[in-house]
Amino acid sequence: MDFLNAIVALLNFVIVPGLAYGAQLALGALGVTLIYGILRFSNFAHGDTMAFGTMATILATWGLQAAGFTFGWLPTALIALPVGIAVTALLLLGTDRLVYRFYRKRKAAPVILVIVSMGVMFIMNGIVRFIIGVEDINFADGARFVISAGDFKDMTGLDEGLAIKSTQAITLITAAIAVALLFWFLNRTRTGKSMRAFSDNEDLALLSGINPERVVAVTWIIVAALATTAGVLYGLDKSFKAFTYFQLLLPIFAAAIVGGLGNPLGAIAGGFVIAFSEVTVTYAWKKVLVYVMPEDLEPTGLVQLLSTDYKFAVSFAILIIVLLFKPTGLFKGQSV
Amino acid sequence: MKKLLLATAATALFAGAASAEDVKMGIILGFTGPLESITPSMAAGAELAIAEVNAAGTLLGGGNTVVPVRADSTCIDAAAATAAAERLVTSDGVAAIMGADCSGVTGAILANVAMPNGVAMISPSATSPGLSTAEDNGLFFRTAPSDARQGVVMTDVLMDRGIKTVALTYTNNDYGKGLADAFAAAFAEAGGTITISAPHEDGKADYSAEVAALASAGGEVLVVAGYTDQGGKGIIQASLDTGAFDTFVLPDGMVGQQLVDDIGAGLNGSFGQYPGTDSAGAEMFQGMATAAGFDGTSAFAPESYDAAALIMMAMEAAGSTKSADWAPKVMDLANAPGEQIFPGELAKALELIKAGTDIDYVGATAVELIGAGESAGNYREIEIQDGVINTVRFR
Repeated sequence: MDFLNAIVALLNFVIVPGLAYGAQLALGALGVTLIYGILRFSNFAHGDTMAFGTMATILATWGLQAAGFTFGWLPTALIALPVGIAVTALLLLGTDRLVYRFYRKRKAAPVILVIVSMGVMFIMNGIVRFIIGVEDINFADGARFVISAGDFKDMTGLDEGLAIKSTQAITLITAAIAVALLFWFLNRTRTGKSMRAFSDNEDLALLSGINPERVVAVTWIIVAALATTAGVLYGLDKSFKAFTYFQLLLPIFAAAIVGGLGNPLGAIAGGFVIAFSEVTVTYAWKKVLVYVMPEDLEPTGLVQLLSTDYKFAVSFAILIIVLLFKPTGLFKGQSV
Repeated sequence: MKKLLLATAATALFAGAASAEDVKMGIILGFTGPLESITPSMAAGAELAIAEVNAAGTLLGGGNTVVPVRADSTCIDAAAATAAAERLVTSDGVAAIMGADCSGVTGAILANVAMPNGVAMISPSATSPGLSTAEDNGLFFRTAPSDARQGVVMTDVLMDRGIKTVALTYTNNDYGKGLADAFAAAFAEAGGTITISAPHEDGKADYSAEVAALASAGGEVLVVAGYTDQGGKGIIQASLDTGAFDTFVLPDGMVGQQLVDDIGAGLNGSFGQYPGTDSAGAEMFQGMATAAGFDGTSAFAPESYDAAALIMMAMEAAGSTKSADWAPKVMDLANAPGEQIFPGELAKALELIKAGTDIDYVGATAVELIGAGESAGNYREIEIQDGVINTVRFR
């Protein structure tokens, strides 16, 4: 019984939240990695693209709710998601036409594009705040829990509860579907193959008659879909706040780099590595150990490796270690 | 485009036409950054006081207009805040600074800009105990109480409820750390135990790690010294979702209707305290704020009104806009004895000061400055029931 309690406590506080957070980071990192692989620059505007997509989805959600339309026990935002993706795709295509194309035509160095993307980031940042405001917005509706801590205790008779939020379940399922679609697209369709060819060798791809503008446009549309999905899932699970989305950029980049920039598989792995390293290394093991250890060996302290202050230090330490030993990331990506 | 040009030209003309009789007051608050959701109401509070004095038109013998100049303290970036304050002082030439908001940037502006340039400042919301002992040449005041006082009040609240073990999490900045330390000292002295004191960063993506550590340490209640729309809320939400804690203790930064609405039934039975008084001034200010079109219950909006009002009354009392002249008057005006002044009575106050009558500014927050020029601190103990913040008593 004690052993079960220990497992449930670990699941409840480490595994389940870590999985959901990891999936959100993975989706974000996929967008970053695609842009790096195909357009060859680090897109600092990605966090704010997520914020913009989420904002568009929230507005559509409000519209649906005002029209009296809901999605049963699922959040209404899932129906509004395609609208959000479409609006974000338009914004990204517009930005590309107005800003990035100019620099691409001149074959600007990647570092210039990075700085340009920072400018874009600040403008998007402003647009989002201007339209929807700076406040914290909660737009999740529908059922809150698949199973709540209290219900779980009643059902199993254990001392520890296990809570699984419906948003966590939705996050994992949606992320899995999005990743499956992306890989099918990249590996099985003609456009996807041309994108990979473009990423591998731009000049050779051009010689084989691949239309670069088309590849770029498709990339932006996919990035819009990934960023909006990641942003909406994150917002459903926690809440929407422009400032937080801006800050999401750091763990997302860490995930993309750890996994290997330009490698989609790496982005997914990187997302989970960063999420779990943040949660596990700073976890206080007291609760779990009290259950599994014999009584006279039970710890009195917290059995915490590092205080939670250091959780960001942990993910960046992992980032540095990976770059030292495998400069291209865990999965073979491009070196930075 | 033509209209825009015309408008800009007109604005430039107006700016140029500003006469020497303008008294500029810098309003430096974090209009961007972690406090961006409450600073608009704070600035509106200060500007309400300014508008009131301008409407009276009697400041310093009449014909003087107080012009607010806003600047962004960012709340967290000391370098940016210092640069913004420097600009206010050197390029805009402000006679006084209403601000800053967060304790860290306030300390930076005080040390790097206010003291070297001899400009006095009154902060409406910096509550770190560290600022009580900071060197200030008599140029720094605050209409918010130090958190050293709040730590004691919070301990009293917990002890009265018979709670002896708590877990503590605080936002990792001068405010959170100051409050957490003050509370930890007071609580330990009263015989309580803190199982864990875990900081959290604001505006971050995920708080599972913090909640996991807090839950593992355990405690009867969780004290959350954070902000309503930042990490504090994230921690409470995640604690409730995972069943880690069901009762929360909420200090000033965490008391807000928005939090209660967002979290819902989970907050039932949670309690806390925030600066507040049963003085009539508070209600009068709410009424004025509603009429002016902003939310007077928003955190630190009344303190901002009081800060701006004190600055202008002190100028009148000194008969000068020079900080060295008016700063020494602030304590006298804020404290008894004298005729009590409530919000909306600034015109009357100016008349009284001119006539040489002693006044006691009560304002929107029952201002009483003690020690190095900080509010003595009246607190409202609250408990949340069914989505309503109920006042239990005043301490």
